[in-house]
Amino acid sequence: MRHIISILMENESGALSRVAGLFSARGYNIESLTVAPTEDPSLSRMTLVTTGSDQIIEQITKQLNKLIDVVKLIDLAESAHIERELMLIKVKTTEINREEIRSMADIFRGRILDITPTTYVIELTGPSEKLDAFIAAIDRDSIIEVVRSGATGISRGEKGLHL
Amino acid sequence: MELSGADILIQSLKDEGVEYIFGYPGGAVLHIYDALFKQEAVKHILVRHEQGATHAADGYARSTGKPGVVLVTSGPGATNAITGIATAYMDSIPMVVLSGQVPSPVIGSDAFQEVDMVGISRPCVKHNFLVKDVSLIAETIKKAFYVASSGRPGPVVVDIPKDITDPRIKVPYKYPKKVHIRSYNPATTGHKGQIKKAVDLLLEAERPMIYSGGGVVLGEASKELTELSRLLGYPVTNTLMGLGAFPATDKQFIGMLGMHGTYEANMGMHESDLIIAVGARFDDRVTGKLDQFCPYAKIIHIDIDPASISKTVKVDVPIVGEVKPVLEQMIELLKESKKEPNKKALEAWWQQIKQWQNLDCLSYDHDSQLIKPQFVIEQLYEVTKGEAFVTSDVGQHQMWAAQYYKFDKPRRWINSGGLGTMGFGLPAAIGVKLAHPDADVACVTGEASIQMCIQELSTALQYKTPLKIINLNNRYMGMVRQWQEFSYESRYSHSYLDTIPDFVKLAEAYGHVGMRIDKPDEVRPTLEKAFALKDRTVFLDIITDQTENVFPMIEAGKAHHDMKLRVAPGINTDTELA
Repeated sequence: MRHIISILMENESGALSRVAGLFSARGYNIESLTVAPTEDPSLSRMTLVTTGSDQIIEQITKQLNKLIDVVKLIDLAESAHIERELMLIKVKTTEINREEIRSMADIFRGRILDITPTTYVIELTGPSEKLDAFIAAIDRDSIIEVVRSGATGISRGEKGLHL
Repeated sequence: MELSGADILIQSLKDEGVEYIFGYPGGAVLHIYDALFKQEAVKHILVRHEQGATHAADGYARSTGKPGVVLVTSGPGATNAITGIATAYMDSIPMVVLSGQVPSPVIGSDAFQEVDMVGISRPCVKHNFLVKDVSLIAETIKKAFYVASSGRPGPVVVDIPKDITDPRIKVPYKYPKKVHIRSYNPATTGHKGQIKKAVDLLLEAERPMIYSGGGVVLGEASKELTELSRLLGYPVTNTLMGLGAFPATDKQFIGMLGMHGTYEANMGMHESDLIIAVGARFDDRVTGKLDQFCPYAKIIHIDIDPASISKTVKVDVPIVGEVKPVLEQMIELLKESKKEPNKKALEAWWQQIKQWQNLDCLSYDHDSQLIKPQFVIEQLYEVTKGEAFVTSDVGQHQMWAAQYYKFDKPRRWINSGGLGTMGFGLPAAIGVKLAHPDADVACVTGEASIQMCIQELSTALQYKTPLKIINLNNRYMGMVRQWQEFSYESRYSHSYLDTIPDFVKLAEAYGHVGMRIDKPDEVRPTLEKAFALKDRTVFLDIITDQTENVFPMIEAGKAHHDMKLRVAPGINTDTELA
């Protein structure tokens, strides 16, 4: 099963490599990983998407908690949460498909950020599945490049991951 | 008080109460060595190879419970220390390793003797630090000792660029009394409800087993384990790392368990209906085949490390906490409880265990014309009256020492269990002897293992640490040979040492006493002679039976009841290895 693990960690050089190293050393999957400082500059927030059986996810969270740089973590998949990912996608356009791609972007609530006579750059946010769906909906051959931020997320309600 | 980085470092070690530091100088740590020169409180032990420094510090730590301290230079000094750091990591031994680093401005430029020590050591340390400012040295050292010795202990590396210890740059010094790390709060007491549940289960058991490990030694909980076990009257088995945590001569002790454990311990585990694992981690050498591990048992697991719980074996009652307070609480609850262990069931259980014990799985040929290694260990036990500190290397000799030396006290059995590091025994023995100058220290080794850190014989002379090296010499990497015999149709691929040094002459060349024997009746008198030479290191080269194997054996991937025994009593004797 897919899990989104949200980690609050010391904003120090080396912290990221401890997490990445743990995953490679123990053979766990990382589907995506995103990290940036929080409102408290001494802390970083990392969102890590991984897959595995319940037993593996339990080990992953325990092993992460053992890292001295990890302050706190939660498995967002365990409760109601919001997931968002940002995608920038550059597509080739022709006179015939230009209109179709634009309306497709509209349907997915995307924004066109850059236009040239032969290309669009489209910005799209949403759960990772929605971005997958957009890619599936447009002609593969028209895609020049895709940049995805990796999923990030936050729990719903009053509950939060903070000190 | 204003001090340079180098002086701060040494002063911090003094304030931390460090007695010995095991090290080897080099360019990046010269400022630190200069600071060491100017004082006498912290005694430096100059090893002959940095691996030796880490193992010696490790032996010191295992035998005292205090963190071992190592000082090495950058580059090769640091990489040579890695094996010893990984050894300590696998066995959760508290250690602080100070490594020099090239000056900050040239880090990352492939400077002379530069290596990314923080990166290289990351997977085999509990934590590591790169000191970026002189003013941070004292606090970092305090943190390093705190992390290394609290919770589940482990090695901590502090990497120190040369410019940070520059004698010209001075800053105010104050060693912190306490440090707080907001993201590090190791568990202490266990969950009361869980402990209560565990006690209830313990009292309901009909075929109970107490399975205790190195955590009991590390957690100084031998007394409590022994009290709990005696209160219950249940059989106790120890892991390789747990030997000595419960007295081996106690009638409730049924031997080590696992790959080379006793028949009774492994059968007991297999047939048990309740296992209480105390400070043990269900290592693969202990469990054998996982899906057939203790098929009838409910499992209680006490461990300080939550990640150890249900890692390989799913447990029914997990208790996260320090072993000592958890056991204390259990003892209290047991004493208060109106219920008692099921006497009738327990009697039947012990009856069954006695039957298994009657098989005498550790028996061997006493009439051989060749020296049997098991006999040497038994004699060593008798000559030292079971009071020696015994270090070992890795292989057959290690297993024989574990099986035949009856450790009654914790911290007496010093070996590399998790990583299985050949070359560990001799330097570890030096560390042990420094910490316990009046005790007998024996290093049980083999002719292959001893050669991996043989240079430390020189260190043993310099610091006058008289050791007794028991070299069980069969000219083979015995354990490799054994596996090749059992599962590779005796194709002894590169496990025979065609040339070995004359160990007697070698010992003498290093300034020690060398002795060689090859007849069984020479064993006792020679051991007595060796131990009588109180102030000399004696290298005893004992030529043993080359064909001897370690039994019982659970071959890799097999279950506890599927043991290979010396005398097949009509049970499984299948030799196929997984």
